[in-house]
Amino acid sequence: MTLSPTEWEAIRLSLLIGLAAVAWILPPGIAVAWWLARFEFRGKALVDGLIHLPLVLPPVVVGYLLLVALGRQGMVGAWLYRVFGVSLPFTWQGAAVASGVMAFPLLVRALRLSLEAVDPKLEAAARTLGASRWRVFATITLPLAVPGLVTGTMLAFARALSEFGATITFASNIPGETRTLPLALYTLIQTPGRESAAARLCVLSIVIALLSLIASEWLARRTRQRLQERDAY
Amino acid sequence: MPTDPSTHSSPSLRVDIDQRLGNFHLQVSLALPGQGVTGIFGTSGSGKTSLMRVIAGLETPDRGHVQLGERTLLDTRQRLVVPAHKRRIGVVFQEARLFPHYRVRGNLTYGMPDHAASRFDEIVALLGIAHLLERLPGTLSGGESRRVAIGRALLSDPRLLLMDEPLTGLDGARKQELLHFIARLARQVDIPIIYVSHDPDEIATIADHLVLMRSGRMEASAPLSHLLQRFDLTQALAGFDAASILEGHVISHDAHYQLTRVALGDGLELLLPGTQTTLGSTLRLRIHARDIAIALAPATGTSYRNQLPAHIEAIEMPAETPHTVELRLRLGAHRLRARLTRLAFDQLGLAEGQRITALIRSVAFTSLQ
Repeated sequence: MTLSPTEWEAIRLSLLIGLAAVAWILPPGIAVAWWLARFEFRGKALVDGLIHLPLVLPPVVVGYLLLVALGRQGMVGAWLYRVFGVSLPFTWQGAAVASGVMAFPLLVRALRLSLEAVDPKLEAAARTLGASRWRVFATITLPLAVPGLVTGTMLAFARALSEFGATITFASNIPGETRTLPLALYTLIQTPGRESAAARLCVLSIVIALLSLIASEWLARRTRQRLQERDAY
Repeated sequence: MPTDPSTHSSPSLRVDIDQRLGNFHLQVSLALPGQGVTGIFGTSGSGKTSLMRVIAGLETPDRGHVQLGERTLLDTRQRLVVPAHKRRIGVVFQEARLFPHYRVRGNLTYGMPDHAASRFDEIVALLGIAHLLERLPGTLSGGESRRVAIGRALLSDPRLLLMDEPLTGLDGARKQELLHFIARLARQVDIPIIYVSHDPDEIATIADHLVLMRSGRMEASAPLSHLLQRFDLTQALAGFDAASILEGHVISHDAHYQLTRVALGDGLELLLPGTQTTLGSTLRLRIHARDIAIALAPATGTSYRNQLPAHIEAIEMPAETPHTVELRLRLGAHRLRARLTRLAFDQLGLAEGQRITALIRSVAFTSLQ
């Protein structure tokens, strides 16, 4: 089966938005996961709850809140437009923001578990060898948490690929800009007489999902193996 | 007797700590010599490890002051806390704590400043780990891991090396081997070492200076050989079996009888079981109080090959063992503890200041280094 230009367009946008979403949430995701894994502070449960909110809220609510905050009239959005001339709603960047927010808790969860499993005694040993906190993190903590980083990134990417509710609410459903696979499929279902096209997209979604699952399993197994070789005796 | 390091160099590490951790109260005030090995001895829970963590900067006490040489590392009154990574204090932990994702070479160079790179080959050779450089820590044995951990700490070019029970979990033979290795190392590197242990044998082998810890407090701090002579510490030092430590120089080997002759200075010589040592090298010996006999005059017709002129410096009648008497003998610059029955003591009519002859069988000596 050969793909039509609109189908290619949807795949391209899905991958672009998925990758962009993962790229922007990685730095804050790593920082937050480390913060939660290594420090005790008042209100930790509240911070934890807020981070997990997108997992339990209806995605439409998240999209609406993003619109309120980042829309051109929104508090942050108005500032972004005034200072940088940037407007996020109705753009693919906006879609990346929306799917990133939805994927954020999955990344933080997996990474935090992995960071908590890193022995603080190794970090203390590194400090006595003259390594600053930052160097300890970059050379000891994060490398030992790579399995969690891989799992979290793959989960977040899969979540961003399939994001629908928050994206359509915040970034709308614009062909060639924010119409990813799920949105294209939704559009076809709404259009009478396009059932076969919808079925094609449906199959395509299944194929892409399966491929990314297999890739993620393979990657996870590989990193686990490499770390086990190191620990093996 | 080993030279007292504190007499010819100013104390290099000063520690004053006051810290409460729940029911535990660590209150220590210490000045330690700037060279040689200081043993910190005490049972588990006596505060040894906490003390070490404070010195290394891994823990900050409520109140405290730590000074290494001219440099202040901690002064809570001035809110000065030098972070661990800027203290230049190497630590060898109970567990080797090697980084599992670095090869041995990577572990060794992790904390190595550029100016220490020239010492890499020397230290690797000293530790005998050249054949392990490309291995991952997970594939090393316990003894190998400890040696890598020691090398890693040494290569970070520390001003002070802390060793916290570095032999824990090793079996007898490995332990002895590494212990003797550390003792040799201490003589070869010009870094003061603090060696934390609850094992009297380790301390007797390695320490020049001894700090005695008990329930968060320092009970005593003095050169090891002096401390072992103190009657009031007999209980706290029970694990040392009232032994004395002597140091002397090897002057000759008798190949036929397999004996080694050691000079103690002041014309005093000892004959002991043959050792594999080079002439002129320093030998540390341990002798138990019960292995020393007393004669009023040089004796003939005995099997004792060591007969040394001495005088009785002090006498102690331990209340808990009414049948024994403890003597502290003075031989030249050295002191020795001797334990007799009270019957023998009374029949010989011994008194403080009296000149006697100390009889020691050659086989009673244990050479420690």
